[in-house]
This record gives sequence, C-alpha cells and structure tokens, in this order.
Amino acid sequence: MPQLTHLDRLEAESLHIIREVAAECENPVMLYSVGKDSAVMLHLAMKAFYPSRPPFPLMHVDTTWKFREMIEFRDRKAAEMGMDLIVHINEDGMKEGVGPFSHGSAVHTDVMKTQSLKQALDKYKFTAAFGGARRDEEKSRAKERIFSFRSAEHRWDPKKQRPEPWNLYNTRINQGESIRVFPLSNWTELDIWQYIRREGIEIVPLYFAAERPVVNWNGVDIMVDDDRMPEELAKTAVMKSVRFRTLGCYPLTGAVESTAATLEEIIQEMLLTTTSERQGRVIDVDQSASMEKKKQEGYF
Amino acid sequence: MRLTDDLIATDIAAYLEKHENKSLLRFITCGSVDDGKSTLIGRLLYDSKMIFEDQLASLEADSKKVGTQGENIDFALLVDGLAAEREQGITIDVAYRFFATDKRKFIVADTPGHEQYTRNMATGASTADVAILMIDARKGILTQTRRHAFITTLLGIRRLVLAVNKMDLVGYDETVFNDIVDDFYTFADELATDLEVQPIPMSALAGINITSRSDETGWYEGPALMEYLENVPVGDRRRNAAFRMPVQWVNRPNLDFRGFSGQIASGTIRPGDKVKSMPSGKQSTIARIVTADGDLPEAIAGQSVTLTLADEIDASRGDALVAADDPAEVSDQFQVRILWMSEAPLLPGRRYLLKIGAKTVTATINAPKYGIDVNTLSDMPAKTLELNQIGVTTISIDQPIAFDPYDVNRNMGGFILIDRMSNDTVGLGLIDFALRRASNIHWQAMDVNRDALAEQKAQRPAVLWFTGLSGSGKSTIANALQKRLFALGKHTFNLDGDNVRHGLNRDLGFTDADRVENIRRVANVARLMSDAGLITLVSFISPFRSERQMARGLMADGEFIEIHVDTPLEVAETRDVKGLYKKARAGEIKNFTGISSPYEPPQNPELRIDTVDRSPEDAAEEILNYLRENGFLGA
Repeated sequence: MPQLTHLDRLEAESLHIIREVAAECENPVMLYSVGKDSAVMLHLAMKAFYPSRPPFPLMHVDTTWKFREMIEFRDRKAAEMGMDLIVHINEDGMKEGVGPFSHGSAVHTDVMKTQSLKQALDKYKFTAAFGGARRDEEKSRAKERIFSFRSAEHRWDPKKQRPEPWNLYNTRINQGESIRVFPLSNWTELDIWQYIRREGIEIVPLYFAAERPVVNWNGVDIMVDDDRMPEELAKTAVMKSVRFRTLGCYPLTGAVESTAATLEEIIQEMLLTTTSERQGRVIDVDQSASMEKKKQEGYF
Repeated sequence: MRLTDDLIATDIAAYLEKHENKSLLRFITCGSVDDGKSTLIGRLLYDSKMIFEDQLASLEADSKKVGTQGENIDFALLVDGLAAEREQGITIDVAYRFFATDKRKFIVADTPGHEQYTRNMATGASTADVAILMIDARKGILTQTRRHAFITTLLGIRRLVLAVNKMDLVGYDETVFNDIVDDFYTFADELATDLEVQPIPMSALAGINITSRSDETGWYEGPALMEYLENVPVGDRRRNAAFRMPVQWVNRPNLDFRGFSGQIASGTIRPGDKVKSMPSGKQSTIARIVTADGDLPEAIAGQSVTLTLADEIDASRGDALVAADDPAEVSDQFQVRILWMSEAPLLPGRRYLLKIGAKTVTATINAPKYGIDVNTLSDMPAKTLELNQIGVTTISIDQPIAFDPYDVNRNMGGFILIDRMSNDTVGLGLIDFALRRASNIHWQAMDVNRDALAEQKAQRPAVLWFTGLSGSGKSTIANALQKRLFALGKHTFNLDGDNVRHGLNRDLGFTDADRVENIRRVANVARLMSDAGLITLVSFISPFRSERQMARGLMADGEFIEIHVDTPLEVAETRDVKGLYKKARAGEIKNFTGISSPYEPPQNPELRIDTVDRSPEDAAEEILNYLRENGFLGA
C-alpha cells in the first residue's frame, strides 16, 4: 500500500489552505518575495488549481535594493507561469532617496518594506495575502495561526487569534480588516529544500555558491551588486566563493563562505552547519527589532 | 538518534533518497510546566539536532543565568516563552514545534495544561495522531490528568502515552509506576473502548527512556518514548473508512473541463469507482484523478486532488463526494457536543454560522441538555455554555448537509461555530447523530398561499420592527401609525413588548439568554402574521444586532423594515414614563438596557426616527410615506 510521506502530507495541507482562500476570500493576492520559500509557495499554487491558473495575482514589494538577479528571475518566472505580477514601490521613499547605506537598515526596512507593503495592500484593497513564512523560523511565528488577522491598520494582535481546529478555517473579516495566510506554516527549512529537490523547483542562482565580489560591512560580508554602494566601501571588495541562505536587499543580506554549488551540497551544508538560518539577515540583529514587535507594527 | 547520519557527510544523495520518504506524525503534549513538559520537548528538539550552535550558546548562557538546573542545560528554556508571555499578558496558546529523526518528521502541538486552556488543548488535539499525557511520578493521577485524557479522547485521539515523569525523584521504583498505571486504567475505560495506552516511566531531565531504554528502569520492558513515536502507525484509521471528499473548489479552466477539487477526508478512490454527490444524492463514476504531476491510478485519505466525473452532475463547493455504496448521512438536525471557546457565553436560540467541511450554514443552537464537568467527567446541569465549557445539545441548521458522526470521521463530523457579528470563532463541535433524516422533512404545502392572503387584503405584508431604548417612543409611534393604517382600510396587528411578556413570554426574564429567546419567539410570531398577509408592527427594545438580524432573516426579502427610534438616553431617561430608569439607577432593576445592559444601535436601518423635536403623529406620517413609496399599501 502506498503511504503518504511527510512531504506529501505537507503539500496536501498547503494545497487545501491555498484553495480555501481562493474559494472564500474576496480579493486575494500572493506575496512573492522571489526567495526559495516563495518559489515553493508559487509551485504549490500552480498545483492547487491545475489545470486552471491560480485565481489571484502575485505581488512583489520592491524596495529597489534587491539583488539584480532576483528581479530578472522574478519577471521571467511570472511570465513563464502566466501569472499577473504587481510590483509595488514606495514612491515617497524613492523621492526622499531612502536606502540602507544612507538611512540605515531600520529606516530603510520600515519605509521601503513595511510601509510599502501597507500602501500596496490598501491601494489594491486586498482582503487576503499569502506569505511564505514558516513557524520554525522564529519564536513568535511558532504561535501564529495559519490564517492571521490584521486590523484596518495592519496590526497583529496575538491575543485575538482564532482557534483553528482540524482543517477548518474561519475566513470572515470585518470591514477594513485583512488576513495574512501562511500555507507553509508547518514546513521546516529542511522540508523546503527537500521539496525543491524532489519537485525540481527552480530557485535564484544566488543560493548556489559562486565567486562573487564581497565587502565587509558592519561585520557581515555583503555583495557588491551595483554602483550605489559607497565608493569607499566598494573599493574594499574581494572575490570570494559565497552563497546566500536568505535573499533580501543586497546590502542587508549576509553572504556565507561556501562551495556548495548544487542542491545536494546546499542541503549537506545546512545539515552539517551550526548556525540558524536568520543569522545572515542583518534586519534581525538590528537593535531591539524583534520579529514580534515588527509584526505588530505591520511587517508581514 | 540525532539527525547525524554518517551519510550526510559521505553520500548526501543517498541520504536524501532515504530521507525524502519519511512519514509524518502529529502529536500533542499535555501537562503543565511543573510536570516537565517543556523539558521533554526541549530534549526532543535537542536530541534530534534541531538546535543550532548559536541557539545552544544562548541556551547555555540563559541556563546559567536563569535556569533551574545549576550548571546543566535547562531544556525548558528552549520552548518556554511562558515567562515572557505572562509579563506581556498574552494568552498562552498552542505553539507548534517541529523535529525529525531518521525515521519520521514530527509536528508537536504544545499546549498548557490548566483548565483555562481547554480550548487550546482541544485545538491541538483535533489534528493529532497521538497524545502524550505528562504525569509527575510523585503526584500520580490528578484531576488534571483526567481532564487531559478526556479532552484528547473527546477529540478522537485513540493512542495515549502515559508519560510517568520524574521517576528519578522516586528512585525508579517499579511499584510507584505500576500503581499510577493501574489508577489510570480504572478510569480510562469510561473514556473510550478502543483506547490504546502506552505507559512509559521516564525522566525527561535525566534523559531516561527518552531516546532509548535505560538501565535505571531495568524492570520496564516497553519501548522508550522515541521508539514508540517512531513506530506507532499513522493515518491507517482514515484510510480504511468509506470514501469522502468535501468539494472545496470547482475547477473550470474551460468549457471542456469540470473538476472537483478537495482534500480526501477518508478512504481510497480510483477511476471507475461509483460516487454520489451529497446532499443531492446524484450518482456518477470517477473518470480521472487529475493532478499537476499527471493523472493518478489511485488517491488516498489526506491527499489534495481534483476529480472529474463521467456524468455532468451538479455539485458545488460545500457538497461532498462520497462512496456510492456507503454514502454519508444527510440531515439538518443533530445532537452534538460543543466546546465553547468565547468569552461571551453561548446564547441558546441565537443563530450562529456553522462551518463543516467546505460548507457554511446558519445554525440555531438549543439550550444545552447538560454540561460535562471536565474534571470529574460527570454530567451537570447547564443553561448555557461559558468559555471552555463542554456540553451536549441539539442544533438545527437552515439546509441539510452530508455528515458522518465525529467518532467515525473527524473531517465529516467536526465543525466550528462563528459569531455573525464579531466574526470570531466561538465554538468547536462534534456531531453525534442526526435527530431526523432530511428526507422526512415536509413543509405543509398550502393551497391558499401567502400571496393570495395578501392580495385579498390589497396590500403587501410587512414587518415594521421598532427598536430603541425604553421610553424612546416606540409604542406611541406604532399606535399612531396603526390608527392611520386602519383609517386607510389596511389590515394590521400590533405586537407590543410589554403585552407579549404578559402572555407568550411570561416565562422569560431579562438575562441576555432570555432576551434572545424573547426575540426569537416574537420574530416567529411576526413571520406567521406576515404569512397571513398582515402589516405587523413590532415594538421591542430588541437591544442586540444579531437578534434583529435573525428576525430579518426569517422574513421574505424586503418585508422586514427596521425602524430605529433614535432617542438619546438622556432624553428617554428624562421622560421616564414608567419610572423604570429611576429604579434601574437605584439598582432595583437589573439588566436594564442603556443602564446596565448594552444597546447595539442598528447600522443600516430602513428608517431612523429622531423623536426629540417632533410629534409621534409626524413620525407615523414619515413611516406611512415610506410604505406608500415602496408599494406596501397597494394601488
């Protein structure tokens, strides 16, 4: 008798969640961050509705500081999949020239990511937004529901979470409220990698090790991706074999020295590694910026 | 035991082949911090290498600083957000944790054990295959243990681990262990007849019988905890049951393809199998099992698939595809067990939304037959259900649905209740059995129908629902309006709150529950009157939005006219025609609307009447105009 494997069961649960949103929510959108979790989420959405297309668009909140390879990948992937893609940029922030080098990571992230996301959700009046967050990423996520409700001001109230028994999700919202839906809640980082391998899902090449120009900024190796890096800093660039364990704004994403150039080698490195995933993400180390606090303020 | 297979370093491809095909076990841990639950989970995570070096470093530092284990690692700190949560006043909740061994991936629902977290435990238990009940060897079976065993078996878990922890503190004494196990068996029989219990003596702190059997308990011959968790069968129960799949989404990419998408709740399905669509009962044959990876020859419980049928039968979201030779039952009235999850108590008679499978219907919940004391497992009288209370009651819903009893099929017999105003999930329910089969329901078809009755009177029936504070002028305006309508030759009836309370509703008081029942009865009387073709004037304070909503739902479209007699509290209190406000202020009347009980003003009434600067006759005239303009008064 065939048995469902852990990946089969995780996939089936995610498909159920994604379909439920499409069936019950008025105006859903899938937030696509171009990372590996987004790649898995998009793959699951394609499966959930096959042979139809997913009945919602993708949206990328572009801080304008993403790796160039991410943007190329994003546009190509959306076209290949036949998905509508909305790209939102905080124009106010652009006008004021907000960026990580000039304003620091805290201000940059708040204006170009958190505020920008709120702008976009308000602009298109989305009632539900899929996100690729997982419960194993961080302590406050472990307690967050799969359907996570946000007030009209996009605030998360951990005290007012709805119970989710069985696979029954209450998707009803009051005027102005919206939902964040996390179909990958029960996946771990290892599950994601195993699934990418099993399904042959394409991911941004930055995850694989290659010789890249990096500089050391605030104690973290970051890649020189364009000429907006201050010249003083860019001058110090050296070539190293590095890869990225998470992808975001290039000045805020720490590179790890690695020679892992295949999926197998990445998984091997991950299994043998000794530090948790978020260590390379500058945003998390920033003073007092706990994920929980950020979420209450509206950061996804 | 730790996820440090030599293959990772030597042959990663071989390792991945081996690990791609793990099974998945979901379990729940029940117990309080004192029982060593956090220590146990912390240890499971640690032993399966789910803790990275940076986390371990901070764990070691924290252990020395605030830990309770001297120089040793305090595993409890790994999972205990509890202290921080208490400081922030956040409700302690279900947390989900993950680890994997070489054989399985595990999802742990981690719930606190105190009575005020019953709803969290039930939520965690609803998806679990196994429950671990933590017991302190020094204390034995406590009230808490009974409660945990009851809730987990109520939600359908049939495999329990009796984790007798802290054996190190009783000298690994076999007699202590055996006494506790015997104690448990004497009451386990009351819970379920098909319960499988695995007692394990252990010390989470010292790592005894966690990953492998230890010498300290040489007398114990059963498995270590991890051996048990890695080998206990999963998912077989649902697999062998009859085929069920709630239709979640109708997949129509083009005119040539019509598929029914859903997650299979139980059983197995193959092309050629005969199925019925419920509740319609129409039969067809499975043509294809469609997935993005190609058609499947077979699909089993737990899979999310898309099925196509050989015949064009009408099925939509909320219907269920079931095995034709073993179909689900269909009904609209049930006996159920309900666990109440909201701070606001259940109001019998109020209508709630009920979601089961992919279907959402409106349900009226009757007064509980009895409640269940989760500590003694005995019945107790209950008029309503409070937060975390469990009771047995009957419900009726507004349309028949396909279901199986919960004990036969979790996904076909479990439902949630949603408050229609706040949209909160307020209850969790389990269907026990149907009170009648839907096929027996026949409305008496009348030859002289409501249209004929209204036509005879040269009017359109209407229910004019006057709502507002006591002393706002509802009855006065209604009386004035009735006189005008009578003069025009219209057929009317005036249902007044005070008068109805002397007769039909003599048995009701002014608690929230009684107010709801009061309005339910009056609304139904008004409905009968409008069936008789009358223009009915209803003057009731009717303070709650949801009851007025319920009344509106009873009437035919457009026949319910909500009139908010919008008199400010100060004005009504100054008038105080019946002297009631004075008594309420003096505390002589309890639950008085506006003073000690809330009034929820209508958000979109058909008419809002300001009474401060105008006469009742004036107000009546305005309503009369509305009726005329909307065609209620005939030609």
